[in-house]
Amino acid sequence: MTVREQLTQLLDEARRAAADAADVSAVEQLRVRYLGKKGVLTEQLKRLGGLPPAERPQAGQLVNEAKQSLQDELNRRRQELESAQREAQLARETVDVTLPGRGMRQGGYHPVTRTVQRLQTLFRHMGFDVADGPEIEDEFHNFEALNIPENHPARAMHDTFYFGSGLLLRTHTSPVQIRYMEQHRPPLRVIAQGRVYRCDSDVTHTPMFHQIEGLMVDESVSFADLKGVIGEFLERFFEQSLKVRFRPSFFPFTEPSAEVDIECVICGGGGCRVCKQSGWLEVLGCGMVHPQVLRHVGIDSERYTGFAFGLGVERLTMLRYGVNDLRLFFENDLRFLRQFR
Amino acid sequence: MKISEQWLREWIPTRMPSDVLAERLTMAGLAVDALLPVAPELEQVVVGEIISAEPHPAADRLRVCTVRVGKGRTLSIVCGAGNAVAGLKVPVALPGAELPGGIRIERSEIRGVASQGMLCSAKELGLAEAAEGLMVLDSGARTGAALSEALGLDDHQIELDLTPNRGDCLSVAGLARELAALTGVTPHAPPVKPAKAHSRRQIKVTIQARQDCPRYLGRVIEGIDAAATTPSWMRERLRRSGVRSIHPVVDVTNYVMLEFGQPLHAFDLDRLSGAITVRHAREHETLTLLDGNCMEVPAGTLLIADDNGPCALAGIMGGQDSAVGAATRGVFLESAYFRPETIASRARQMGLHTDSSHRFERGVDPQLQARALERATQLILSLAGGRAGPVTEKTSSRHLPERAPVRLRAQRVTRLLGAPVPPQQIAVILKRLGMKLVKLADGWRVTPPSWRFDIALECDLIEEVARITGYEKLAPRRPLAVLQAGTVTEKLVPADRFRTLLVDRDYQEAITYSFVDPALQALIDPAHRPMMLANPIASDMAAMRTSLWPGLLKAAIHNLNRQQERVRLFELGRRYLPRTDGAVQERPGLAGIAVGNALPEQWGVPARAGDFFDVKGDVEALLSASGSRERFHFRPIQHPALHPGQAAEVTDADGRQIGVFGGLHPSIQAELGLERPVFLFELWLEVLEQVQIPVFHEISRFPSIRRDIAVVVDEHISAQSVLDCVAQVSGKLLANLELFDEYRGEGIDSGRKSLAMGLTLQDSSRTLKEGEVETLMDQVVEVLASRLGARLRQ
Repeated sequence: MTVREQLTQLLDEARRAAADAADVSAVEQLRVRYLGKKGVLTEQLKRLGGLPPAERPQAGQLVNEAKQSLQDELNRRRQELESAQREAQLARETVDVTLPGRGMRQGGYHPVTRTVQRLQTLFRHMGFDVADGPEIEDEFHNFEALNIPENHPARAMHDTFYFGSGLLLRTHTSPVQIRYMEQHRPPLRVIAQGRVYRCDSDVTHTPMFHQIEGLMVDESVSFADLKGVIGEFLERFFEQSLKVRFRPSFFPFTEPSAEVDIECVICGGGGCRVCKQSGWLEVLGCGMVHPQVLRHVGIDSERYTGFAFGLGVERLTMLRYGVNDLRLFFENDLRFLRQFR
Repeated sequence: MKISEQWLREWIPTRMPSDVLAERLTMAGLAVDALLPVAPELEQVVVGEIISAEPHPAADRLRVCTVRVGKGRTLSIVCGAGNAVAGLKVPVALPGAELPGGIRIERSEIRGVASQGMLCSAKELGLAEAAEGLMVLDSGARTGAALSEALGLDDHQIELDLTPNRGDCLSVAGLARELAALTGVTPHAPPVKPAKAHSRRQIKVTIQARQDCPRYLGRVIEGIDAAATTPSWMRERLRRSGVRSIHPVVDVTNYVMLEFGQPLHAFDLDRLSGAITVRHAREHETLTLLDGNCMEVPAGTLLIADDNGPCALAGIMGGQDSAVGAATRGVFLESAYFRPETIASRARQMGLHTDSSHRFERGVDPQLQARALERATQLILSLAGGRAGPVTEKTSSRHLPERAPVRLRAQRVTRLLGAPVPPQQIAVILKRLGMKLVKLADGWRVTPPSWRFDIALECDLIEEVARITGYEKLAPRRPLAVLQAGTVTEKLVPADRFRTLLVDRDYQEAITYSFVDPALQALIDPAHRPMMLANPIASDMAAMRTSLWPGLLKAAIHNLNRQQERVRLFELGRRYLPRTDGAVQERPGLAGIAVGNALPEQWGVPARAGDFFDVKGDVEALLSASGSRERFHFRPIQHPALHPGQAAEVTDADGRQIGVFGGLHPSIQAELGLERPVFLFELWLEVLEQVQIPVFHEISRFPSIRRDIAVVVDEHISAQSVLDCVAQVSGKLLANLELFDEYRGEGIDSGRKSLAMGLTLQDSSRTLKEGEVETLMDQVVEVLASRLGARLRQ
């Protein structure tokens, strides 16, 4: 057999073995067997010394070509096997991505908190400070300082919870206005929010609810400013342009006083159950701070004027999210609360 | 207040459509709550005249009537009403008519006789709640006319929700005045002429309480016709204004009250004895009121009394004994002005609220009494006949309210409203409202009319100007103000940070009532005596909470009873703690409750019941939000609401308590009917929210070395004491210390436990040497052994 024939036979044999190699280590064994230091082809090269000098170069070239060819073949096979192995591993590691993720779920804020947070942010951006006051109040701050003397018919509008000691649960957040003005001098821009209480419980009343109160006092604050601020905040709260109307009303602590209605956000003003077919929803009360109130806290009512407003947080929350029963807010039913996360 | 629109339009002739009229009132501050038709639409219902009524050939109780319905048409109608007789004018529903309740009238045959319509009762037409027989119409009604026209049913009931300052609008006259000011139309008032005295009978009136009753007018009317009835026009007007017809005299007093706003009272002349005295009640006087309620009148209450004692609660309600009734032949008519504050305080004290007290406590025009008395006299005489006596009047002028003039500056109007209103317009508005104006250099001196109790200051006048101008006409403006930073402190964690943290740990925020069941609270927090409401809405909402736990427990039970297996709620709110000096502290708290598994149901994680350490993890997370965990210490405590072996308090570095947490005491759990263990925490927000502002420490550039040790100690030795000891011995080199295992059981003697810890040691200026680390570890083990009896676990 010629060298060429021998090499062809060897290569065929090696190629078949490579094709049959089941894994990377089998390929490695083939490499050692044929191309290693004592490999078959390496031996062939060593044997070239036994050939006549004239044949040596050609035979050497043939052997080197065979080595190179086999080397390529084994590398190719090795890559093929490695790639198959990777594929198989990836296939094994494939998960059902539609299975739910593990761990904690999310809770949620109470819807009243959501509204309070939004309102506070809104008014903070308008430069209002946030104040706080006691819920257990005295008659002076809850009534008298707000120009609601004893026996005034306006007191009948407030069904008050009393304690034996002459203290009471505040019926509105307005006493915070008084307390704030007792401690701060104009210019003032402040809101206060919190729980208020009325001795009343039925389908549309709960004995506790939340209010937000706003106050601005400065040298030239006018009714036009009040309209501007209220209109702006309502539009931003509901995130839509809304018809807003100011109706004359009465509160002992403001003069002039107004009740503010917005175009019904449920029916768009066409008339529905929520707005009692009127197309309007009453959302807050407001007015210019009564000079008597300013006098009570020692602010010169000739020099300073101001506006105040108060709104029911649950009312706004109901309108914002379409909640139809006030009592749900205090039952704390998870099926209700979870709707607001 | 409810009032008939037709009646109002009689005073204010305007073509304004009903809804526009209502809108004008609303936008002037007289809120119209509802505008309701006074009758259902009655198409195809006409006035018919019964010509003949013959017995039905086949039914005893039915009659076959021939009825004339105008335009020469007569119909044959079968009718079952007992009062169907010839000559009567009655409502006829023609075929095609639809009556209230959806009844459709068709031609039909009743027991073999054709019936071409239906004769109707008031009830069938929706004009009365109940009726006996056919509705009888006035004999003057035009046959064939639409019934709604014949009865003037094209009317609305205007329902107003008036604010307490506008007592002057509680009448047709008052509303007409307002509409006049709004529209410029002059109101038509009915002419009132003083009645001539045809009788000399008088009752002496003595006022002993002149401050509370500055004016009292009375008049006797004798010889009234006991058989007289109230005419249908007056009955209808009263009905449309929400007042029931009772007796012609009573109806007249109500009518005049609705018309002018002056409450009147009529006493049965024969039931009065001697003179009338207006005085305060003495101790233990009793009076049976019109509503049949017999009461002991609180001493000091203003009374109308005769020689025998109290006859009426002045301005509130009359007495039964002197009430006008079917047998009344003569009356004593009262028209008075009572001081508003007096009526308000008494009516409220006695829990009485009447149409009369409602008006007196808001203020009745003190100049109205004579006119109202004459108007009532005029109506009684025309309805029931009789002879009027002279008017008795007692007035104490100095006790009558006076309208002091108010100075109004034109410039102040502009400043307060933020919009210029021309002086001319201001003057016109105020004059239309009945004010007297005297021009001053910078404005006017304005004297309000006697009926306006609500105008005392300049701003009251400005409101009138704005109101009549229309609030909608005043343009809004964005205020200009000085830029001023609010308070932004880093020393307090915003409460919303804690909210968010708990929300992200799968807690749902709750808001529970501030007042709770005193019995439940006594179980949870027996140490505090809560503030108790004097007038709670229910006995289980009577105690101001001293802990947020009662409310959260109630909320958790609500949910567990509704198929919720896992409940995690928190609340941020105040606790109301009475102090020994009688004052109250309102302290903000942050509390949570967790029942059920540690994690929500899910695949791949075995279900595990939540326990003490899950809640402790939540508490630690909250503490971390307020600063480094090392600031805080945990200690076992005894707490009446908590499991004696699973209760802890948290304190800060200064030893101040920050809160408590643990498992609900099993006996309370059983008492509340809760099946699974409940875990609770409550932290005092005013301590929790205080944070230290971080101070930077150099980061070591040298490698750290970690050493793990496990020691065995007696069971009662707390992990914290072991950790504290390790930290103390290691000193500054200890960069971190983690407890990673607690083990009891096989391999450990009973009564002992193993604690495994990892120490990370590091120096900020050099690499630690192996030898010194070994020395330190030996020292740690040695000190643990000597102080806590620990030995190294092999």
